[in-house]
Amino acid sequence: MAVTYLSLVVLIPLAAVVWRSAEDGAAGFWAQVRTPQAWSALELTIGVSIVVAVVNLVMGTLIAWVLVRDTFPGKRIVEMLIDLPFALPTIVAGLVLLALYGPASPLGIDLAYARSGVLVALLFVTLPFVVRTVQPVLLELDREMEEAAASLGAGNATVFRRVILPNLLPAMLSGAALAFSRSTSEFGATVLISGNLPFKTQVAAVNIFGQIESDNVTGAAAVSTVLLAVALVVLVSLDALQRWGSRRG
Amino acid sequence: MPYRDGGLDVARYALRATALVYLLFLLVLPIALICWKTFAHGLGPVVESLSSPAALHAFLVTVEVAVFSVIANTVFGVGTAVLLVRHEFPGKRVLNALIDLSVAVSPVVVGLALILVYGRFAPLGGWLSDHGIQVIFSLPGMVLATIFVSIPLVVRAVAPVLQEIGTEQEQAAWTLGARPWQAFLRVTLPAIRWALGYGVVLALARSLGEYGAVAVVSGRLVNQTQTVTLLVEERFGNFDAQTAYAAAFALAVLAVVTLLLIDLLRPEEDAR
Repeated sequence: MAVTYLSLVVLIPLAAVVWRSAEDGAAGFWAQVRTPQAWSALELTIGVSIVVAVVNLVMGTLIAWVLVRDTFPGKRIVEMLIDLPFALPTIVAGLVLLALYGPASPLGIDLAYARSGVLVALLFVTLPFVVRTVQPVLLELDREMEEAAASLGAGNATVFRRVILPNLLPAMLSGAALAFSRSTSEFGATVLISGNLPFKTQVAAVNIFGQIESDNVTGAAAVSTVLLAVALVVLVSLDALQRWGSRRG
Repeated sequence: MPYRDGGLDVARYALRATALVYLLFLLVLPIALICWKTFAHGLGPVVESLSSPAALHAFLVTVEVAVFSVIANTVFGVGTAVLLVRHEFPGKRVLNALIDLSVAVSPVVVGLALILVYGRFAPLGGWLSDHGIQVIFSLPGMVLATIFVSIPLVVRAVAPVLQEIGTEQEQAAWTLGARPWQAFLRVTLPAIRWALGYGVVLALARSLGEYGAVAVVSGRLVNQTQTVTLLVEERFGNFDAQTAYAAAFALAVLAVVTLLLIDLLRPEEDAR
């Protein structure tokens, strides 16, 4: 029964997308993907998602570190704030960021209709991923190992690089992969701030939406299929990362 | 820090400051600004814009969609979790992957996928429409889209707990003469209730806040298939910022309530 349910809701519809994209054969599919607008949207999506993954890798780990190893007043509030991007509807996130970083910005920073605006929106929605994957590992980490390394004369930088980092790496990479995957699929947060300028700020999801609106369903299905393939690759690598992480214990 | 020395405090404060400044600009300031913008002209306009017929209708549609999809995901989520944890069957890995895939897929792709199967010009959608059931551009399609994007939440919340409690207590209930459904209701369900509550809260929050998939599938018809998230976008696009901010603020309040509920449910789970 669960299988039927999942097939009706998930599997058959997704198969229909792939099927539709291949309607005109492989050449037709490729032609739809390589239209200048779709291709530039895909390029932007992948490029900006890589940047998002890297920024999250660094900042997420840093935030997790501060939350685990540091104590300061208000830490519990910060701890709860981290999950806010998951709970907040994406369109609200988009609106909120446009209010602060848009044309009427009280800070005087106008990122609307620019690629940096897309980046900020994606950083907002992906913030919790690395923090939440690294945090539990950091909590479990055996402090005695660090003390042993320190007592043997290792400096802080060495302890971090040789003892802490190798233990955190699988979790950091998993979180970054999740953030990357989320970035490639995001729609609500980017639709407002990007202004949907083809060749400049139009990401793949917004491009698909536009193609559906203008009734070019085959084109929409082709770009969707590329996104599906990206999602699958990320899932497979996540699976591999998890095995790697658990093998290293 | 165990190996404290002079330079370390500086490093600690630097790290703390970096983290907090990043969060300030990415999270706190935007959220604070939206509260300020919502209430810039006092409480009156907020109440007024949220009680307009279109807004009230949007809230109603949102609640309807959320209730149906949460019920479906709760029932099938628990069922799927039991299936995954307690049974071995061919295709189990595929099922697992499918559940994960449903969150990795872009909401827009979800919408497109449902249109291609349940739209009026698709075989299945055409058949349903001949029998008087319109899926796309109406409630059933929106419920389907919402189910799709929130499928894993209940499953992934419940499965680890099911794994942990094992089957001993259920078997004891069976040997004492309980029927399987009795054992499930009186033994299994109480044991997973916190995890289930956690999953349901997450699914509810996701359902209330879904935008992309619903935007594609609903046709965005004001006063018919417009949810609150669609209202935010439509009002903002039509230069009615007051309503857009007020509705966004309402959704943000729901998000905060969700976080508080999750925070309440999580320690209970850990304490067991």
